[in-house]
Amino acid sequence: MKKIFTFIKDFLIERIIFLCGILAIIFVFLIFLFLLNQGISFFGAYSLWDFLGGKFWYPASDPPQFGILSLVIGSLFVTIQAALISIPLGVMTALFIAEIAPPVIKDILKSVVELLAAIPSVVIGFIGMITLVPLVRKLFNIPTGLSSFSGALMLAFMAMPTIVSISEDAIRSVPWSYKEGAIALGATRWQTMYRIILPASLPGIMGAVMLGMGRVIGETMAVMMITGNAAHIPSSVFDPVRTMTATIAAEMGETVKGSTHYHSLFAIGLVLFIITFIINFIADTFMRKTRR
Amino acid sequence: MVVKIQVNNLNCWFKNTQVIKSLFLSILEHEILGIIGPANSGKTTFLRCLNRLNDLNPHFKSKGEILKDGRNINTIKLETLRQEIGMVFAMPISLPMSIYDNITYGAKQHGIKNKKELSGIVEESLVKASLWDEVKGRLDQPALQLSGGQQQRLCIARTLAVQPEVILFDEPCSGLDPISTAKVEETMINLKDKYTIVLVTNNVKQAARVSSRIAFFLMGELVEIDTANDIFVKPSDRRTEDYITGRFG
Repeated sequence: MKKIFTFIKDFLIERIIFLCGILAIIFVFLIFLFLLNQGISFFGAYSLWDFLGGKFWYPASDPPQFGILSLVIGSLFVTIQAALISIPLGVMTALFIAEIAPPVIKDILKSVVELLAAIPSVVIGFIGMITLVPLVRKLFNIPTGLSSFSGALMLAFMAMPTIVSISEDAIRSVPWSYKEGAIALGATRWQTMYRIILPASLPGIMGAVMLGMGRVIGETMAVMMITGNAAHIPSSVFDPVRTMTATIAAEMGETVKGSTHYHSLFAIGLVLFIITFIINFIADTFMRKTRR
Repeated sequence: MVVKIQVNNLNCWFKNTQVIKSLFLSILEHEILGIIGPANSGKTTFLRCLNRLNDLNPHFKSKGEILKDGRNINTIKLETLRQEIGMVFAMPISLPMSIYDNITYGAKQHGIKNKKELSGIVEESLVKASLWDEVKGRLDQPALQLSGGQQQRLCIARTLAVQPEVILFDEPCSGLDPISTAKVEETMINLKDKYTIVLVTNNVKQAARVSSRIAFFLMGELVEIDTANDIFVKPSDRRTEDYITGRFG
């Protein structure tokens, strides 16, 4: 009797754990289906090519125009700038934490950087809006500080924790014997870092960078508050831009449920989903390579 | 015989544990000095004192002096010291790059840039390490694809490429099969003419096969140092005899 009970318990627990594991996959799949379902009906009313290639996003004009090219470029433009700022900063911070800093500073720095990840994006956006935006306007003498550059600075901050903590793990997992081998050949500390540690941990660092960028491109609140939200193709970094995420967030409340405009926002969501999926996929491929 | 390295009253600690106790020892030029002794006898620590690799460990402290060619090694620039005193580790550490790059790695950071010169160094080092014939057609392949024995000889070649004067071997054959071991030993004997070699080994027979002189370490102390012949035929200390005949350790 007791045996049967144990058997049933084992069976149940196994099933529950299996269910939990599979749920994540089911959710992602369902979200994708939902987006697809809502987005696809948009393409009955509007052509796919005009959507992807159109420069003008005028959902309220007559006839309405739903061209997301400027939004996609806005998102990528901000993301690339944020990458240029956060990648060198993040990787060097990781290198400092993993290789150079004395133990006490290492512990403090690591927890502070990780704490940075805990700040809600709306708070970062708010702080950026009242401190960074006026500063950028004065510093570069431009009509408005609400620009892609200000947005990128703030986003770089938000990508840092991801980049730093995952890169640091990758750097720390380089076998000690590699370092010792290089040092025994008479390499200086910097030569060891540059020639041995960085190349050996590169796949992990690439993975960290990709995950950081995934966070940046998906970020909504901070960019909506800081980048100025003008849906046009920027000609300089000090131009305001509007990102895909900000468009969805800003307009979702104003649309009539079931209208073409409403569905167009889901279509943007679909594009965004595909972009982040690709980024995560690349990141995952790199991370897998490190583990081997 | 010229004294290459002179160790005077060396004492070493890790935290509060003394691992080497008032050690006096000279290493002669162009000899293979074998160091034997049971685990925790301070062999490897001593070896790593010679190229100051112990300095990487924050808990390490030492007193006493080590003279290389009559000059205190603490006054030699760290990178220069480690170039002049090369080291081959127990586990072959091929760096994750091609065979060619593994060997040029050290040479490059000591400022050699000329491609022709580098190729020359690669061939010369590989020949000296008795590996050239096995890899000459595939220098661009990843070094991690080589067998354990080949990787160990690659590490020897890499050490030779920076033109050292002394080579420290830290149990170089502990992870190798008998045939690879024989090749590495042969390589060491061939290198004796040009280099001074210090070999730490757990294998008493290996020490007997390759060493000119043998030092026996026990609990951080040097018990006895003598020619290989004398140590095996008429050891002057009882503890040495017990160890080499396998009664302990």
